[in-house]
Amino acid sequence: MKADLSVAIGSLTLPNPLIAASGCFGYGLEYEQVVDLSMLGGVVSKGLFMKERQGHPPPRIVETPAGMINAIGLQGIGVHRFVKEKLPLLNKAGARTFVNVCGTTLDEYVEVCKVLSQAEGVAAIELNISCPNIKEGGIQFGCSLNGTYDVVNAVKKATHLPIIPKLTPNVTDVASFARAAEDAGADAVSLVNTFLAMAIDVETRRPKITNVLGGLSGPAIRPIAVRMVWECYQLVKIPIIGMGGITDARDAIEFMLAGATAVQIGTQNFVDPFVWSKVLDGLKDYMTRHNVSKISDLIGRFDPTPIHGDHDRKAQRAVP
Amino acid sequence: MANARLSRDYSVLSLAAPEVGRRTAPGQFVMVKPAGVTDPLLRRPFSVFEVLRDAAGTVTGVSILNKRAGRSTNKLYELAPGDVVSCLGPLGVPFKPVTAPTEAWMVAGGVGLAPFATLAESLAAAKTPSTLFYGARTAGELFYLEFFERLGITLVLTTEDGGRGVKGRVTGPLEAALKNAGPSGAMVYACGPEPMLEAVAKLAARYNQPCQVSVERVMGCGLGGCYSCVVPVKHGDEHANLVRSCISGPVFDGAELVWE
Repeated sequence: MKADLSVAIGSLTLPNPLIAASGCFGYGLEYEQVVDLSMLGGVVSKGLFMKERQGHPPPRIVETPAGMINAIGLQGIGVHRFVKEKLPLLNKAGARTFVNVCGTTLDEYVEVCKVLSQAEGVAAIELNISCPNIKEGGIQFGCSLNGTYDVVNAVKKATHLPIIPKLTPNVTDVASFARAAEDAGADAVSLVNTFLAMAIDVETRRPKITNVLGGLSGPAIRPIAVRMVWECYQLVKIPIIGMGGITDARDAIEFMLAGATAVQIGTQNFVDPFVWSKVLDGLKDYMTRHNVSKISDLIGRFDPTPIHGDHDRKAQRAVP
Repeated sequence: MANARLSRDYSVLSLAAPEVGRRTAPGQFVMVKPAGVTDPLLRRPFSVFEVLRDAAGTVTGVSILNKRAGRSTNKLYELAPGDVVSCLGPLGVPFKPVTAPTEAWMVAGGVGLAPFATLAESLAAAKTPSTLFYGARTAGELFYLEFFERLGITLVLTTEDGGRGVKGRVTGPLEAALKNAGPSGAMVYACGPEPMLEAVAKLAARYNQPCQVSVERVMGCGLGGCYSCVVPVKHGDEHANLVRSCISGPVFDGAELVWE
């Protein structure tokens, strides 16, 4: 039996559910020396505005328990240079390229999407309405239900490409934002972006990164991200791309059982750039052990039956 | 393979990584962490210190010069032979070599000695007249002096407490040498704390000698993926003069960097 790892995100079919997360994989090409980009389900570019951006002064990251805080500040080459310099090479490498689109205004989101609509080889647009690190990084859209609706609605009218808003976890009820995105016509949602966080050097009493505040990622956030995917899965019908601290196949499957159609791997690229083939092998192994022929059969197949301690130990055993 | 303690803060960690050793050029670095743990989560960048060889001359691995500065380097200091370490590399832009009659002047501050063992070997092999200006806090923190002497490198030592060599900073003797540089000149190579790098780059510029500096930055991935390790350069893009030191460096032309 050959394992079918393909998953569908709207009109897109990916050969497997593993996607490289924005901001954790450069423009993809940086990783060509260690990863065959065509092997991945997809690659999400760094966040792109219309114009180039310098980003924040370093230090930009600090390690925290089982995670890291970053405030890169969306340093980037702008959409025009991306289309000219990076996209052709990504296409040549066989990558399915998702472009992470940023904007300071609604018009900018629309304009960047229009540029990408005319480019060759963009698979989908991930709408960045959730970067916690810059004042005008779309978070004003991502933290308001109306703002989320409006920006998704506007870009849907401007492009034929699938639109995948990336949601912030820094709200009280992320599922209602998934619903707003769905109502506005989003083809899928991706979640979560990083958790707003900070770290202080107690010896100097200074912030550990220049921007003071940054976004927390890595294994530390995984259980919260899984919970949020599960909440969204119960409320919306569009596919969910789940992420947050995935390090191996078990973590990826956990997100899929919670309702994710596909998953993104971010911080783990820094820990181990060879993570991709290990997770792919792990997925196939899981499918064999659990007699699953299509990985899409795992989506949302979490069994929420309560575990009743001593008198129901069977429920604690793994499903064969 | 081994973790030789040089002092209470310094150790030389030898790693069985023959492929890394075979490919390493002087000035390149590796990303290292204890394997299979989430604390530390991220790798840390280290210059390749030595390319290790067995008695027959076959490359068996690399070593790194580790100085305890935080959680990660503390854990590396505590490792014992047999412990497994993840080592990714070699990465980055190496030093550009220089040949006689131009001299090579290596300037090291503290743990900044690390990239100069391999550079000294290649300079010695090319018979380039070479000097190591090496500064540390105390005499007990001047390491591997016999290694450099054996290669025929001239040593100029400084300590902050005057315990050995010239008392003070390494830039003192360097400036004296720059004043008296011969007509063929010298290529200055520098690695050490940021203020030292700035002082060396500015001295080299003042005395019209070329200079290559190896910078150290907080680095997430080492491959250009995370954009953490940026340094400001004079001739970057029009809008962004911050370049990634992992792939555009760690070795830069000292005159290209903007000192803040």
